[in-house]
Amino acid sequence: MMGKTAHTEIQKEASMVLQKEMIGNHFKLLSQAKAQGKKVVYTFVPGNLNELIRSFGMLPVHPEINALQSAMRKLSGGYILEAEKYGHSEDVCTYVKCDIGMLKMGNIGPLGEKLPPPDLLLLSYTGCFTFMKWFEILRKEYNCPTVMLHIPYQSDGKVTPSMLKYVVNQLREEVVPALEKVSGVKYDESKLQTMLESSARTENDLVYIWETGKNKPSPIDAYFGGVYYIGPIFTAFRGLPECEEYYKQLRAEVDFRVENKLGPMTPEGILKKEKYRLVVEGPPNWTSFREFWKMFYDEGAVVVSSSYVRVGGIYENGFRHDPKRPFETQAEYCFGCYTNLNLPMRISLLEKSIVDYEADGFLINSIKSCNSFSAGQLLILRELESRTHIAGGFIESDLVDPRYFGAANIKNRLESYFQMIDANRGLKTSPSKR
Amino acid sequence: MDCFVGIDLGSTTTKAVYMDGNAKILGRGITNSRCNYQLACQIAEEEARNNSRFVLLQREFESLAKRGIPKELLSALHGKFKLAEYNAQLKALHGECADVLSSWKSGDDSSFYKDVIDTIFEKMESVAAQSFIETPNQDNFFRDLSGNLFLSFAQEIISRRANVSFDRLIGVFDRAIIAVEARSFANSFSEYIDFASGEISAMKENHKFADPLLKATQFAKEQKFNIVKSIGTGYGRQQLPFPKERIRSEILCHGLGAHYMFPETRTVLDIGGQDTKAIQIDENGIVVNFQMNDRCAAGCGRYLGYVADEMNIGVHELGPQAMKASKTIRINSTCTVFAGSEIRSRLALGEKREEILSGLHRAIILRAMSLLARSGGIKNEFTFTGGVAKNIAATTVLKSLVRENFGNIKTNISADSIYTGACGAALFAIRDSGLAGE
Repeated sequence: MMGKTAHTEIQKEASMVLQKEMIGNHFKLLSQAKAQGKKVVYTFVPGNLNELIRSFGMLPVHPEINALQSAMRKLSGGYILEAEKYGHSEDVCTYVKCDIGMLKMGNIGPLGEKLPPPDLLLLSYTGCFTFMKWFEILRKEYNCPTVMLHIPYQSDGKVTPSMLKYVVNQLREEVVPALEKVSGVKYDESKLQTMLESSARTENDLVYIWETGKNKPSPIDAYFGGVYYIGPIFTAFRGLPECEEYYKQLRAEVDFRVENKLGPMTPEGILKKEKYRLVVEGPPNWTSFREFWKMFYDEGAVVVSSSYVRVGGIYENGFRHDPKRPFETQAEYCFGCYTNLNLPMRISLLEKSIVDYEADGFLINSIKSCNSFSAGQLLILRELESRTHIAGGFIESDLVDPRYFGAANIKNRLESYFQMIDANRGLKTSPSKR
Repeated sequence: MDCFVGIDLGSTTTKAVYMDGNAKILGRGITNSRCNYQLACQIAEEEARNNSRFVLLQREFESLAKRGIPKELLSALHGKFKLAEYNAQLKALHGECADVLSSWKSGDDSSFYKDVIDTIFEKMESVAAQSFIETPNQDNFFRDLSGNLFLSFAQEIISRRANVSFDRLIGVFDRAIIAVEARSFANSFSEYIDFASGEISAMKENHKFADPLLKATQFAKEQKFNIVKSIGTGYGRQQLPFPKERIRSEILCHGLGAHYMFPETRTVLDIGGQDTKAIQIDENGIVVNFQMNDRCAAGCGRYLGYVADEMNIGVHELGPQAMKASKTIRINSTCTVFAGSEIRSRLALGEKREEILSGLHRAIILRAMSLLARSGGIKNEFTFTGGVAKNIAATTVLKSLVRENFGNIKTNISADSIYTGACGAALFAIRDSGLAGE
């Protein structure tokens, strides 16, 4: 497990191999879904209702995951150009364009298997306006039933009883009937509760893993490594036994690194020396993911906490799926998605991370085509600088459009930022004046 | 003597600064980067070392003379030194031109053009001395100095002789100047300073300084420089044969360099060849925040270079021409490529060149203002650095927009602003050696 630095072979842990198998199996099931009479639900990651969907025996597809997987396999550029041919402008969210392009080019999924068309589009609307427009386009393309779960934005920083009731009512009166109708299966609460129990256990494990980032050195990278750690829980597997298995394996790996005071695993092996502890806001770039990550680990920079790994849902504040309140708990999960929080809540969350994880720096990766993340980020930066007195950094890239990853520019900014942290740490003396 | 070197490998120019252990600048050197960073680095450093020798000579001379040395004498000494250097380069250029001509195929009129070129060089040599007497401290590149003269004498000849092709003459110059720029003239310090000292001492009014000047000259020639540490920065810094710990981001170097030049500075704007940076620094010159232009060089020095090419003028002429404008045309495009079409369409509409140029300068600075705002604005003393800080039109509109947006802020623009990054790098070299603040 403890790989030395190797430039030719990518270092992978057992949990990564396990996750790869899980994803591979899922895409295989999807490719056989129609033949085997399985129904398919397209839905988005933030605030997804995976347990509910699975309790009806349906298979979920997450269009934004397909987009990021396509980007990591260098396919997104072509898909985006294809979507632009159909009139989608340069400024549209590149997840959307990647998905539309993939659809127009035969809907071959990132692992090479053909994706089935949806039997239902289930939109958990959790703060990203683009999601709604995206499914409007897909509805026209597939001409299939659509159901929307509207989650009110936490504009006042809290969920009132009436907000909760509003969402629970939608779940009972619209979402469940739609799932019953499409699947032909009757709602089975005990089945759902079993899955929610399982979810709570994996949520405990995930929080445990995040908390290890407080160690010095941190045994995890909660951004680049973190996007792997959230894979099963935020996508098709939460509530399933294999998901629990994955987190047990991951937890064992992280425990091993904690015990041995080891840093996080990178594609080139265990990071030898932790030089900078960062909190990062915003999604990563997927088209040059490894190159981007290398810019960090080459400098000894470890992301000890990040907001992106809260994009599906937030557990650190104590939320766990509660099988005793199946509808309420699903509603609460959706309310708590990171992009459904108002700016003061996001700022407080980040501030707490900076303090709790004893970060040296706070960095924003501002995504060109993602309004739900990028709006207000400069304000967040200023406010956090003023509250924590830690210097912030700012870089810009994109989700899956390779044209918007300027490696030289980003590297220059990152190097400058790391040197700025160094200078602020130890060189507070002024040189003699001329 | 112990010294510390900062090298700023910019995309357009490469700068070097020598400092002593007390953070006093000894010498500066600058050259075109011309895509050969290692050569540019060597030449800039050699020039800075020669420049340092000259500064040490002055210090020694002043100490030995025990009486006030007239400013004019030191200025003339510098002028003569630069003249000797210029003449050596000019001689090399003439030789390279002859080599280019000799490579022409038979029947290409090489002997005819050799006569023409010899005439041009005779004229260039004849005006050189006067030029360095009038402005002894000029720091224009040899390419610009010689190129301007070559062009004007070539034009003079073709106006009288219809059988001379202007394009062929320029073709010879363009090939020859590249070869000269790739040569080092650093080892000729002794030759140049002997010439300069000899000329100055020979003047009747300077006889009383002849002895100390001779000794000081000898002192400078024999001076050995022990480079304790060098730090590299700038766009091409990765090309430097330095270990990683001796490379610094230009953002940090511009911050520290600006602090060194103007200690009360808290905000720095650096417009370089490839990028623009708005930098916030603390009371020690340490960067606390910065914003950089993203993905696009519009609004940077290279944009001005492109505009100059479109207008068929030198980059150094852009600012003065823009200042002649009586009104400013609004230019919407700060895209480097679209600017070309906008210039042509404006010219076609009958707009004056200087008014278009004035608009272009405003467009660049407006982009910089946006970066400044994103970095946190300007709350205290403000310093403008980088090559574009030498452009009078850019600095004028910047001052006006800073006043308009941030109030009555003190704005600093040093005559040596182009050396800010190299200066910051040299200061980091001192700090890294544990001498900071001592």
